[in-house]
Amino acid sequence: MPKIRIDGIEFDAPKGWTILEVAKFLGIDIPTLCYHEGLTPWSGCRLCLVEIVQGNTTKLAASCTYPAEEGLIVRTASKKIINTRKVVLELLIAQCPTSRTLQDLASKMGLNRVRFKPKWEHCIYCGLCVRMCKEQMMTRSIGFVNRGKQLKITTPFDKTSEECRRCGGCMYICPACNLRCVGPNPQTIVCGSCYNKLQPTCLDVYDSYSCWMGLKGECGTCVTEKPKEKKEI
Amino acid sequence: MQEAINFIEARIKKYGKYLIPILQDIQQFYNYLPEEMLRILAEKMHIPFIDVYGVVTFYNSFNLAPKGEHTITVCTGTACYIRGGPKIVEAVARELNIEAGQTTDDMKFSLETVNCLGCCAIGPTVVIDGEYYGEMTAQKTLKLLRTIKEEKKEYEQVALYEST
Amino acid sequence: MSKLHSTNQLEALYKKVLSDKAHKNRIISISSGTCGQARGSIKLVEAFQDAIIDDKDKISLKVSGCHGFCAAEPNVIIYPQEIFYKNLKPEDAPRIVQSVLNDEIIPELTVSQNGTNFIHLEEIPFYSHQKRILLHDNPLIDPTNIEDYLALGGYKALSKAFEMQPEEIIETIKLSGLRGRGGAGFPTGRKWDITRGQKSEVKYIICNADEGDPGAYMDRSLLEGNSQSILEGMIIGAYAMGATKGWVYVRTEYPLAVQNVILNIDKAQELGLLGENILGSGFSFDIEVVRGAGAFVCGEETALIHSIESMRGIPSQRPPFPAQKGLFNKPTNINNVETWANVPKILVNGADWFANIGSETCKGTKIFSLVGKVKNTGLVEVPMGITLREVVYDIGEGSPKGKKIKAVQTGGPSGGCIPENMFDLAVDYESLTGAGSIMGSGGMIVMDEDTCMVDFARYFTNFLQGESCGNCSACREGTQRMYEILTDITEGKAEEDSLELLEELAHVIKNASLCGLGQTAPNPVLSTIRYYKDEYLAHIRDKRCPAGVCKTLIKYQIDANNCTGCGLCTKNCPSGAIEGELKQTHSIDQEKCIKCGICSDVCKFNSIITE
Repeated sequence: MPKIRIDGIEFDAPKGWTILEVAKFLGIDIPTLCYHEGLTPWSGCRLCLVEIVQGNTTKLAASCTYPAEEGLIVRTASKKIINTRKVVLELLIAQCPTSRTLQDLASKMGLNRVRFKPKWEHCIYCGLCVRMCKEQMMTRSIGFVNRGKQLKITTPFDKTSEECRRCGGCMYICPACNLRCVGPNPQTIVCGSCYNKLQPTCLDVYDSYSCWMGLKGECGTCVTEKPKEKKEI
Repeated sequence: MQEAINFIEARIKKYGKYLIPILQDIQQFYNYLPEEMLRILAEKMHIPFIDVYGVVTFYNSFNLAPKGEHTITVCTGTACYIRGGPKIVEAVARELNIEAGQTTDDMKFSLETVNCLGCCAIGPTVVIDGEYYGEMTAQKTLKLLRTIKEEKKEYEQVALYEST
Repeated sequence: MSKLHSTNQLEALYKKVLSDKAHKNRIISISSGTCGQARGSIKLVEAFQDAIIDDKDKISLKVSGCHGFCAAEPNVIIYPQEIFYKNLKPEDAPRIVQSVLNDEIIPELTVSQNGTNFIHLEEIPFYSHQKRILLHDNPLIDPTNIEDYLALGGYKALSKAFEMQPEEIIETIKLSGLRGRGGAGFPTGRKWDITRGQKSEVKYIICNADEGDPGAYMDRSLLEGNSQSILEGMIIGAYAMGATKGWVYVRTEYPLAVQNVILNIDKAQELGLLGENILGSGFSFDIEVVRGAGAFVCGEETALIHSIESMRGIPSQRPPFPAQKGLFNKPTNINNVETWANVPKILVNGADWFANIGSETCKGTKIFSLVGKVKNTGLVEVPMGITLREVVYDIGEGSPKGKKIKAVQTGGPSGGCIPENMFDLAVDYESLTGAGSIMGSGGMIVMDEDTCMVDFARYFTNFLQGESCGNCSACREGTQRMYEILTDITEGKAEEDSLELLEELAHVIKNASLCGLGQTAPNPVLSTIRYYKDEYLAHIRDKRCPAGVCKTLIKYQIDANNCTGCGLCTKNCPSGAIEGELKQTHSIDQEKCIKCGICSDVCKFNSIITE
């Protein structure tokens, strides 16, 4: 069993484990976004970065895919890691400020300003929906299309998919549309209020973003907590 | 339709499970990748259609829309850029009233840019219908374009030996 | 030619080829690679074919790949004297043929530098400062004829390799000090060792001929002009590492290179140099060509592997490295074109010979593409450790229009700029990295006082935001945001703190990206900020572009002192912004001017100025 040292703790890792799995086992908290236990790791969000010793220097690597090899020395929190994670999160929030998952992460990390112009997109390209459709629902109706600046997740030729079984798995797992948040402060596009309070303060509402299932909120997935005045669906 | 199926089946026989060479052959024959061909390909190769579409849209050389009769490709690599490549792109775009990556309404001309043809020492380089022209300027390119429009056959000489 | 079944038969073939060529020593070699063709070499070849029709037994014509001196193309080299004639037109062919028959020289067709005419190749300063161990053979090889390669000693290295043990071959490569020429400079011998050490029946090798760096085309000239040397290197490498199959991954934008490599593989297979039981050694190996489909990121090893597997070219995290788990999950060794081409030379001449060329830490030569605002553009093969000053001024002859040279950009979009006052820097992996750039694949772009460094950084960032695979948020979002900030700076909209934000963002992208593209994407930005901060501040604080490039910050004006009123600019202005009577000073209407710059191009009197 490969022996690794993580945050000073010596650990005999079972074969095939990644650093993230070791950290979870030991109770060390590493923030993740595009990682989900039932799906293959993707290492696209770059939030789960940890610092690894390489020769006489260090480098950052994504812990969700980096294998726990013999002799590995890892640190999960350092000034470099935390500052890097914050800027990465700033980039993600600037893309999609209305995601409650991202806003909660920001509050947790102590991020209170975003210095980039908001794009108000509905997707952060974490790929969870694609992997959900492929691996759990065995359907393959959506996927990554184009690259770089033009990257998007959609169906072929943007046409309604015949393969899609309207299961709602993609909507369920999406960190951007799962809990839509209208709280972000327009000046800083950071909300900071939900995570640190016992009750959510903003109303989760659905709006007219594109829904692959064409149901626009009637299925109940995108509307979560409702105030008592609203009718039951 | 049957012709299309035969074409694809012959390619699958030649290349096996490798999608990209088959796509390159289809594009060479049809001048672009028709949606119908891609659907048949996905079906015959037992690949999810989204995977085929994902590969096609990832790479620059694949076109999903038909190209014009004449394709003008201007190199926008670094060496051609600092020698004035963008001016040529702008000039041709203005002349044809299209943006880079588009085709004129009469389907006669397509304007493309490419990230380095490897002719860096003689930049800016322009390729028209497969012929390479080095050390081009906006003026030379427009002159060449106009002779093509007027369907003059001697346009090669014009570009190569013109001084300005 | 029939298939060879032993190294003895190969020896016999050498003798035959050399005796066939013995009396044909008058050769006119025409440089006809892709860039030669773009300069009109095809018509020149036709003209020469017509001109020697009566003298075919006395002179032979060789249509070869790139000779390297691209600014002089279309050119010919006349053997055996190595007379060099430059910038030829088809009408020059007949008199050149006559001069060869009469053993005469035509002075006005020779290269002239500083008032002196240089007749022979080795005298020309462009060539005399180089050490051409790889490119030297190009002019003597017709890419469609394998006999030319054999006549120069081709496949002698392979015969020698079959007499050695695989471990001995790897040891030789290690001792030579050869480092990967694709850019990272990883010791090749050590890389081969790791692949050899993998326990697997099936192993693969790949030749990375993606050469996506804009401004670099060294690999193209080797692939077009001398593909056999690369194939030979690959067969030797495969034998040393125990590989069963090889691929050459060529980018689709190099159609002639693809054609020539496929042709040469066929020729090698015909002779039994590829295929089953090569030269009776018991070793079987074959090579296939795969075309890229237009993605810069596919030059990265793991992305390249995914592209060969016909998937989206997305890089994956390492470890596991390709040597452990690569193509189709088998151990795979990937090397650059130039690395493979060096292998036969090392085996024939010995590791010590190679190790004696170059510097302490970087052995051998490197081919650079010297392009941009320099007089003698072309491919230069120089020993490692040469200074930039020698390359730009002695070989390149400095600026063509007498402008002040500002910097040299190396390493393509992953590299940075080296300013003029640092031109005494030795060209090797460590010095360039220390100066904030990288060696890269060998692109060397010269910039002068008319190049805006901020615009240049913006150009590279724009390139990278389109070429990024988009899968990791640091690179995808990061490059787009860097582009936004740089655009604001070039348009005079940036605030004072933009520079600080840009630098912080650049460092984050460097640390957080998954693959080499993202990790080196901030290099152009960071190196221009390091050396040209004053230019950035001029854009931000003074809303001024010192080099006169950034459109929003400049105005095109007519200099009354030089304007002759010829009206050429008015005729060519697409927006009708120039007015003036004939033979009177013209003026530009700033409201209508779209700043396309065409007036500046066409004016013969230097009257258009930017401010």
